[in-house]
Amino acid sequence: MSEAPLYKPRFNAAKPAFGVLVFLLYLFLLAPLLVVFVVSFASNQYLSFPPEGLTLKWYEMLPQESTFMDGMRVSLIVAAAVTLIVLALGVPAALALDRFDFKAKAAVQSFFLSPLLIPSIVLALGMVLLFGPLKLTNTYAGIIIGHVAITIPFVIRTTLMSLATTDTSCEAAARILGADSWTVFRRVTLPIIRPGVIAGGVIAFIVSFDEAVISLFVAESGLPTLPVQVLRYVENSADAAVAALSVILILISLAVVVVVERVMGLRRAL
Amino acid sequence: MTLLQTRRPVTPHPGDDGALEKATERRNRRTYRALLIPGLLGLLVSFVFPLAYMVRMSFNRGAADGVVEETFTFDTYLQPLTDPYYWKVTLDTFQMGVTVGILCVAVSYPVALFLARSTSKYRGLLLAVAIAPLLTSAVVRTYGWMVILGTNGLVNSSLEGLGIIDAPLKLTNNLTGVTIGLVEIFMPYAILAMISGFGRLSPQLEEAAGSLGASRVKVFTRVTLPLSLPGVLAAFLMVFVLSISTFITPRLLGGGSVQVLATEIYDQTTGLLNWPFAAALSVILLVLFGLIIAVYQRLTRKIGG
Repeated sequence: MSEAPLYKPRFNAAKPAFGVLVFLLYLFLLAPLLVVFVVSFASNQYLSFPPEGLTLKWYEMLPQESTFMDGMRVSLIVAAAVTLIVLALGVPAALALDRFDFKAKAAVQSFFLSPLLIPSIVLALGMVLLFGPLKLTNTYAGIIIGHVAITIPFVIRTTLMSLATTDTSCEAAARILGADSWTVFRRVTLPIIRPGVIAGGVIAFIVSFDEAVISLFVAESGLPTLPVQVLRYVENSADAAVAALSVILILISLAVVVVVERVMGLRRAL
Repeated sequence: MTLLQTRRPVTPHPGDDGALEKATERRNRRTYRALLIPGLLGLLVSFVFPLAYMVRMSFNRGAADGVVEETFTFDTYLQPLTDPYYWKVTLDTFQMGVTVGILCVAVSYPVALFLARSTSKYRGLLLAVAIAPLLTSAVVRTYGWMVILGTNGLVNSSLEGLGIIDAPLKLTNNLTGVTIGLVEIFMPYAILAMISGFGRLSPQLEEAAGSLGASRVKVFTRVTLPLSLPGVLAAFLMVFVLSISTFITPRLLGGGSVQVLATEIYDQTTGLLNWPFAAALSVILLVLFGLIIAVYQRLTRKIGG
């Protein structure tokens, strides 16, 4: 792997400076998360920096803040339902796209990934227009349907990635030994592609949990999700309660990142 | 890649018996249709219908308090296309997209280059740290920027503490704040897109140029940069497209004084209940999208060919 190059270019002399630059850019990238972390322990009454003292009062406030707790409940229910639904829809579709040849394949594949290309605000408006007359706004069904479009591409992508790097000889062997298609899928294919399916499901969960714009349009007045509640709180209040909540959300995301990185590699999953 | 890869399930005994082949083909067709249909239906309901309905709505006539007259007219488009205010909003949106795109690519490039080159054993971890913010809510990260850039925020109190400024700088509730926030929020996307696009970039080529006597600057401008151009363009396009459609950050960091197409669509929807007009603005945003992507595809073909 690491044969030393015969010639060390002068280019390498830039390395320390380059390293410093990259470090500063990382700092910029992580700045909002670090600052939120610090502020969540600050005793300042109003949102300001630097902290005047340390306190846990914002964390103690959270369980009493019913808007956050209600929002959290709605978001968890929605994200769990969305994850199950998009896995049920997306994994079979990815299987069809990888293992069968048909004419419109390329078109179907782009279609499944295309919700990523449409601005979520445009999609959100379309949803509120369509769901309104159908009495689906401010219902779980409405939010869940709304989140299906934006999460399905992730499941398709991770599952396809897993399918593409497996070989089909095990499946062929199982088939020759007399297993029917369902058994082959359940006993052979699914275990092989499990990392992709898990990564896709986890990303779908977090994307749905964090989604704010569609939920804002579809469910603002009746069933606000956690990001919608946070958005409102940030717009109206100047204290740091939201920072404590944010830290908890960041920690949840971090746990998710670790899981995805372990099972499949974050870069491949995204 | 394994050598064992037999990608397609081969029909048993090809050419052996036409009838058997046809039966297999029929069965395959039934299987893949059954596998695809649930997903396609899901997207039809949650993606195609809402978009189609929105486009249709843009040809209706809207009145006050959410009253919609079912008709087929282009009147709704007349106002955004003739009123200078909406030209300004559209232009501002476009301009913000370009600024954020350029800045975001500029700050992401060194990080992507570093990650593409690195042979450190921490490379995986550093890559994960760089793209992990993608999975944190945009609301939370925007809130973080409000704390940093606010009147009593980190930047202002540091500068005042150091005696550099007397009065706090105005970094929020204007385009400056929105731009800074968006650049950071879209960095992970830009980094990901660039790393994927850096495929042809190999350190050997730089070494070769260096050993042939090129200066450091020359190696960068003649070798590194041209080879990484496809990745840079892809990243720019992605950030541009994301920033012109983003809503949360202009809303929170703009504090109502930054009007872009997305915030305008929201105001028309929830404040004024003018559904057809909001739909027309959305169609305009979509057209802007389409144009940019078409231009991009032209450009990449030129670079590729």
